[in-house]
Amino acid sequence: MSTSTLDGVGHGAPGTSYLNAKSGLMSWLFTIDHKRIGVMYLVTVLSFFLVGGLLALGIRTELLTPAGDVFSAAVYNKLFTLHGAIMVFLVLVPAIPATLGNFLLPLQLGTIDVAFPKLNLLSFHIYLLGAFFLVFTLVTGGVDTGWTFYTPYSSTSADGNVVAALTGAFILGFSSILTGLNFIVTVHKMRAPGVTWLRMPLFVWAIYATSVIQVLATPVIAITLFLLIFEKIVGIGIFDPALGGDPVLFQHFFWFYSHPVVYVMVLPAFGVMSETITVHSRKHIFGYTAIAASSIAIAAVGFIIWGHHMFVSGQSELSGTVFSLLTFAVAIPTAIKLCSWIATLYRGSIQWNSPMLYSLGFLWIFAIGGLTGLFLATLSTDVHFHDTYFVVAHFHYVMMGGVLFALIAGMHHWWPKITGRMFNDKIGRINWVLAFVGYNLTFFPQFVAGSQGMPRRYHQYLPEFQMWNQLSTLGSYLFGLSLFIILAYLLHSIFKGVKAPSNPWGAASLEWQTKSPPVEHNFEADVICTYGPYDYDAHRAAQS
Amino acid sequence: MSTAAGADHGHAHPWYQAHHFKNMEQQNASNKFGMWLFLVQELLFFAGLFMAYASMRYFYPGTWLEAAEQLDKVMGAINTVVLLTSSLTMALGVRAAQLGQNKQVAAWMVATIAGAYGFLIIKYFEYSHKIHVGLLPGKWFGFDELKTTATNAPQIFFSVYFMMTGVHGLHVVIGIGVIFWILFRALRDEFGPENYAAVENVGLYWHLVDLIWIFLFPLLYLVR
Ligand code: HEM
Ligand SMILES: [Cu+2]
Repeated sequence: MSTSTLDGVGHGAPGTSYLNAKSGLMSWLFTIDHKRIGVMYLVTVLSFFLVGGLLALGIRTELLTPAGDVFSAAVYNKLFTLHGAIMVFLVLVPAIPATLGNFLLPLQLGTIDVAFPKLNLLSFHIYLLGAFFLVFTLVTGGVDTGWTFYTPYSSTSADGNVVAALTGAFILGFSSILTGLNFIVTVHKMRAPGVTWLRMPLFVWAIYATSVIQVLATPVIAITLFLLIFEKIVGIGIFDPALGGDPVLFQHFFWFYSHPVVYVMVLPAFGVMSETITVHSRKHIFGYTAIAASSIAIAAVGFIIWGHHMFVSGQSELSGTVFSLLTFAVAIPTAIKLCSWIATLYRGSIQWNSPMLYSLGFLWIFAIGGLTGLFLATLSTDVHFHDTYFVVAHFHYVMMGGVLFALIAGMHHWWPKITGRMFNDKIGRINWVLAFVGYNLTFFPQFVAGSQGMPRRYHQYLPEFQMWNQLSTLGSYLFGLSLFIILAYLLHSIFKGVKAPSNPWGAASLEWQTKSPPVEHNFEADVICTYGPYDYDAHRAAQS
Repeated sequence: MSTAAGADHGHAHPWYQAHHFKNMEQQNASNKFGMWLFLVQELLFFAGLFMAYASMRYFYPGTWLEAAEQLDKVMGAINTVVLLTSSLTMALGVRAAQLGQNKQVAAWMVATIAGAYGFLIIKYFEYSHKIHVGLLPGKWFGFDELKTTATNAPQIFFSVYFMMTGVHGLHVVIGIGVIFWILFRALRDEFGPENYAAVENVGLYWHLVDLIWIFLFPLLYLVR
């Protein structure tokens, strides 16, 4: 990537970076630097991941034995509701776009910042406000509707602070919309000279497709939650059947957002994969245009398949059939991606480091998650699987396994760029075994229990499911431990890690062509891009 | 600012250009594009309300006919005219901003704000009448005449009515706020041929608010 200095003015003392350019808490909380905003998101998202994770460990501990002995049924309901709501709205939706996305988008486009830096900060503040409401819900008695807030349960009989939880989710939606809007404009208008559409890294394409979903789908959940708040307070009678409303209408509204939003979570994870797999196998990505186009295809098709959550909710047989067919269709672009990554690995010089291992872990986990999605998309089998642990296992494989493994892969991959330090890769590789085994041990048995008919969302279960549940709980403890180990060695590296060179992996995309960590305004000179992000030959030629 | 021609030193670009943009063309294009995306987002937000309207009307067609009779068609029509006129004054304000005639911009903004207040005042009279007789959403509904004669769920019509017009009214209120902001900036003589994106964007927003009302009025008041 060639950069040229236009006027050669200096940039402060050597060694200054976005991290130490300004100091003090306020310089962080009110910064408009996309890199700092990304880091703040990362810290908050991970903190809420810890909260949601502890709730999950509570759930798993209850399920060690068939009897409901650790928590009462009422408390258990609140545990899984808050776990789900926190994980979806506070963790998974912003997990990659708002953290790595914020940090990387302008860097990968060779520009100074996103199109609207102040709006970016506003999104973060709105996120904090929404988070406040969810925390408020948590500490003032919780809520027990399930993260799906189905009516009429949520509007009439629910226990706890439903309105506060709804308000929190409503507010968080706007944070997501504004981030998406900002990123779309950034991709269209802020690219450096030479960064053509087909020279954008695939991570950018993924974030772009994600942003489109955020802008188009999130307003619908916002108005849905808004109406539900009034259903709860005034009984407007739109969703509550006792008042003349239609609970299935609520489900349509809810899933019109909540299906697309699973792609808000996972498309950025795909984007991370498209970077880590090519860089750490030292090989040009296979099928660049196919991967880019399939991101857009997934975003588009993702909007018309929400009905697969409602096969047994009383929608018509015809809509069931159509939604089933369309759901199968979304597997095609998804499979195109998986195949392209595997083809990229083929004959690459694979580096067995942490980012690569987590990427391979992602491929395994996501393949299982995606394929079991097809079982659920089949009408006849879904009648059996619906509302069992099979569904729970499916969506944890794709959402939690997929997104989390990608996020961890991405955090390792870009850690040197973000912090300017190298982590201890040896511990990373060893710990990967624990994470991978722990993860699969947690969720694979749930497929078995679910297929044998164990329903979700109960704090007791029949004794015949005990073995599967105990394996799962054991796995969750191991997985939790592995995550703490990651946290420990990453934090350790900030203080004791070796200083990172600007391009430790020999990558060709733009973010690696500036210092680690980058200077406040990203690049020391105006960027002019002359070759694609995976053109390692051109990159090497340009270096020498 | 990287090392781009003197951005740090503040001479190379006009005061109204933000540092992270290379030139005004990029800034204006970004702002306008961002606004259009925001409007798309608004449309989808309202789409939920329209969808709720459609389903409920489909369930209770009779109720819709009877309950809609209780709305004041004359006031609704006047409000439509008021809002359309304010869209015109807004458009004229944008034109004035492009020409750098800040005094005219200010005048047109005052006219637009007057229209917005006019709309809200009329709405206030409509609402207070509804509240007075008990034509209210959900459990607050207390209009006996409809309770007995109408089909199933007259309170649902008024739920939909208040939700739709309430959310729309909120947009009018926010509109007044941002139009005031334009007014103050015009009084400070800020706009000119290169720097009018803010006026244009507020204009777009205001037209959207207007457009939504154009759909609400027939759907709610003129049901047949
Ligand atoms: C090949 C792709 C996929 C297919 C065919 C698929 C199919 C399905 C189907 C049919 C259901 C409904 C099952 C039921 O409730 O009975 C379902 C549930 C779910 N899926 Fe997927 N899925 C796919 C990918 C994903 C991805 C990528 C994610 C998230 C990143 C995801 C997240 C979820 C969630 C959250 C639920 C259930 C939510 C709940 O009921 O609480 N799925 N999936
Ligand atoms: Cu779905």
